[in-house]
Amino acid sequence: MSQLLLDVNGLTMRFGGLVAVNGVNLKVKNRQIVSVIGPNGAGKTTVFNCLSGFYIPTEGSVMLKNKQIAGLKDYQISRKGLVRTFQHVRLFQKMTVIENMLVAQHRHLNTNLISGLFKTPNYRRLEQEAMDHAVHWLKEVDLLEFANREAGNLSYGQQRRLEIARCMVTQPELLMLDEPAAGLNPNETKQLDELIIKLRDEHEISILLIEHDMSLVMGISDHIYVIAQGTPLANGTADEIKNNPDVIKAYLGEE
Amino acid sequence: MTTNKFYNAIFAAGITLILACLMIGVKLDTSGTQLAVKGATTAQWTWIGGGIAIVFLSQLFTNQIDALFRMIPKPSISTMLPEEKKMATLKPWLIAGAIVIMVIWPFMVSRGSVDLATLTLIYIMLGLGLNIVVGLAGLLDLGFVAFYAVGAYTYALLSQYFGLSFWVCLPISAGMAALFGFVLGFPVLRLRGDYLAIVTLGFGEIIRILLNNWTEVTGGPSGISGIAKPTLFGLEFTRKAKGGEDAMTFHEYFNLDYSSSYKVIFLYLIAILLVCFVIYVINRLMRMPIGRAWEALREDEIACRSLGLNRTAIKLSAFTLGASTAGFAGAFFSARQGFISPESFIFIESAIILAIVVLGGMGSQYGIILAAIVMTILPELAREFSEYRMLLFGLLMVLMMRWRPDGLIPTKRPHLELKQQ
Amino acid sequence: MSEFSLYLLQQLINGLTIGSTYALIAIGYTMVYGIIGMINFAHGEIYMIGSYITFIVIAGLMSMGIVSLPIILIIALVVAMFMASTYGWAVERVAYRPLRGTNRLIPLISAIGMSIFLQNAVGISQGFRDVALPPMVTGGWALGNPADFEVTISYMQVIIFAVTFVTMTLLTLFISKSRMGRACRACAEDLGMTNLLGINTNKVIALTFIIGAALAAIAGLLLGLYYGVVNPFVGFIAGLKAFTAAVLGGIGSIPGAVLGGLILGVTEAMTAAFFPSEYKDVVAFGLLITILLFRPSGLLGKPEIEKV
Repeated sequence: MSQLLLDVNGLTMRFGGLVAVNGVNLKVKNRQIVSVIGPNGAGKTTVFNCLSGFYIPTEGSVMLKNKQIAGLKDYQISRKGLVRTFQHVRLFQKMTVIENMLVAQHRHLNTNLISGLFKTPNYRRLEQEAMDHAVHWLKEVDLLEFANREAGNLSYGQQRRLEIARCMVTQPELLMLDEPAAGLNPNETKQLDELIIKLRDEHEISILLIEHDMSLVMGISDHIYVIAQGTPLANGTADEIKNNPDVIKAYLGEE
Repeated sequence: MTTNKFYNAIFAAGITLILACLMIGVKLDTSGTQLAVKGATTAQWTWIGGGIAIVFLSQLFTNQIDALFRMIPKPSISTMLPEEKKMATLKPWLIAGAIVIMVIWPFMVSRGSVDLATLTLIYIMLGLGLNIVVGLAGLLDLGFVAFYAVGAYTYALLSQYFGLSFWVCLPISAGMAALFGFVLGFPVLRLRGDYLAIVTLGFGEIIRILLNNWTEVTGGPSGISGIAKPTLFGLEFTRKAKGGEDAMTFHEYFNLDYSSSYKVIFLYLIAILLVCFVIYVINRLMRMPIGRAWEALREDEIACRSLGLNRTAIKLSAFTLGASTAGFAGAFFSARQGFISPESFIFIESAIILAIVVLGGMGSQYGIILAAIVMTILPELAREFSEYRMLLFGLLMVLMMRWRPDGLIPTKRPHLELKQQ
Repeated sequence: MSEFSLYLLQQLINGLTIGSTYALIAIGYTMVYGIIGMINFAHGEIYMIGSYITFIVIAGLMSMGIVSLPIILIIALVVAMFMASTYGWAVERVAYRPLRGTNRLIPLISAIGMSIFLQNAVGISQGFRDVALPPMVTGGWALGNPADFEVTISYMQVIIFAVTFVTMTLLTLFISKSRMGRACRACAEDLGMTNLLGINTNKVIALTFIIGAALAAIAGLLLGLYYGVVNPFVGFIAGLKAFTAAVLGGIGSIPGAVLGGLILGVTEAMTAAFFPSEYKDVVAFGLLITILLFRPSGLLGKPEIEKV
């Protein structure tokens, strides 16, 4: 039932002499919400960048479904089912919402130039499937009515939701969310909370989350990892973390 | 605040005076044996004075002028045209009408105008090609003219040495240019935008220098002349058939008197055909996954990568397809001119094509067609100002970037019908 | 020494001469890029304007009857630097500052427009053809055995070395010691942060354009006198070469620009020694492409870490 989806061991990232991430271990099982927390500058986003292939980790292994992915190019990793969002929303601003959703399905479409020029039946069928898939996910995140609006004109909360939907149409198994609640109002945060849980329970994917909103993290995480200054500090369930003296010290400083 | 503005304006006017004095106010005189300087004429001083006044006033009223520019309505295709649904039924008729007019038109005007129209059509093709690279994929290519040259020389050489016909060479030229685009693009497309611009610029220069110096094949600076003109199913448009015993000319076959304007009109019609073909293909491409991927890459490369798009492959396809369009235009260009030399493929040419794309609003096809028309016809109408042509192009690029970086006609996003479930 | 190695020595000297002027122009590219991260495409045109101003001043002074060479050269240098700086400042103010913070392509296109504009503005007012100046500084030292092959260092080359050396020393002192220099370095490190610390970054940016333009004007004077001709299009190729030098040395790094300039100059001279001289441009651009592909941070530059 709960198989190991992502297994990270001894992940280390150095920039010149600076050690940004030092020996981080992470385990994500199927249908789990796992959070990575830590003070600002702890190296959380660097961990994400290493996992998603934007940086090639200096040391350590990253196993996705028992296959080594450390060292693969970013686009290859995302094709293997590990997709991420960004701390600062990265949409295709001047394209419409629906176009954003179609671009994400690029590799599932018929990209042969000739079939596209002549609109072969296979090309049309795949294009229609992509549209249906996009519509389905836009409905899920409640953005269907804005389908033909430019993505840059959406409100901030809508943009966040679109980014998640855009990841979901690529059919990932592990979704990594980098501070998804940053800049959201309490109401939007609550919707996000529900969406994440729904992704796990209904769509059966795992979620790796970086977040500063502690009530969100504590409320939905199955497991929490704490890192400080690039080094693993603690891990456990929400309750264990809440009562861990090291964690409290790292957040509140030495007494 | 107002006094501040006033000082600002005086300062700007003073700077303009300094800038103008030593460049326009004094002129190097090379007529004598010794280098000398002479002062400007009164007329030039008047110009300088006028310029200073303009700078002074524009500085004084910057806010108002900025507001004025913002007030100029952005023509939006969607408001100018009838509704989406009506449009769908109207569109084929409009296109058919436009084509009919374009085909009939050359028979009613002078040879010169038809010739100019053909030139404009070449620039439309080039603009549309570069638009794939710059406007859609967001890759600044300053050496676009190199691919144009490759296409032109491919046809010229194949026709010269192997006697191949225009119609055979047309796809070969496009393919050759695409190959060059692929070979250059493969290593350099990893570079960041501004580096890419310089590298492509360098590449353009390399191609030109090679054409200039590889005299045995390309004829060097004197170029290649006597390039065969296109034929209509083997019918030539010359006075006498050159193609051997049973070759016939167009006027002999149709029992017409010989007229050189047949040739001009024929070339124009070929150009129309080619432009329609290019427009159709690019239009399809823009609505295909690859076209969306180009634009996505322009918008956010990192997001593209995170969604599993292979950026190198996508950039390469844009670069290669853009190059092949230039090769297409190049082959036609050398067929039309009958003579080519490296002089036709200098950097300025790349700059003009870029200006067309920029003016047309990067990404918008209508805009580019309009811009190409403006950019080729205006200089012809104002021939006495031909010296000022490039000056104005340069100025226009600066001004456009400041006030209308989206171009004259901004792109309209395609509206996709959703099947409600 | 054999005749051949003397020939190479001569080419080396010529290469270093041209290379040091490339370095002067390259500094303008590198400083601007270091601070605002854009290629000032019109920089080559500033160099060209510097050459023109030099010619104008020299011709003007001579027609006024001033014949003392040092006086002519010093006045020409001062005027050329002042005028070129004014142009450099004005270009920044008009074509780049309003576009700061927009998409990267936009200022670059504006810069290309500015470059075309300046080329043609000078061409229209001064004529598009070559303007020649009779040699001002003649003579030189001969080295080696005159019977074999004479290696000469002309006085003009000596002036070029000396002026470049003094300029570079002054610039280094300015950047490392003065208040403004410190502000420049701070801006190159983090423009936004420097702004927050209450330093007027607009001023600093304008200053880098002014310094870059002044150095380009020095190069304009030196190369103008060295070659004795100028036309409105000299800035285009020289600018490309200097940019190549800046990238070669590591864009953003001032010592890198000097190193890159010298390497490029020598490479070109050596190419010209063995191949038709037109091919030296091909080699220069080939070098640029190679460097960008295999070491985009250049010889002395810091590698750029992509931020997500």
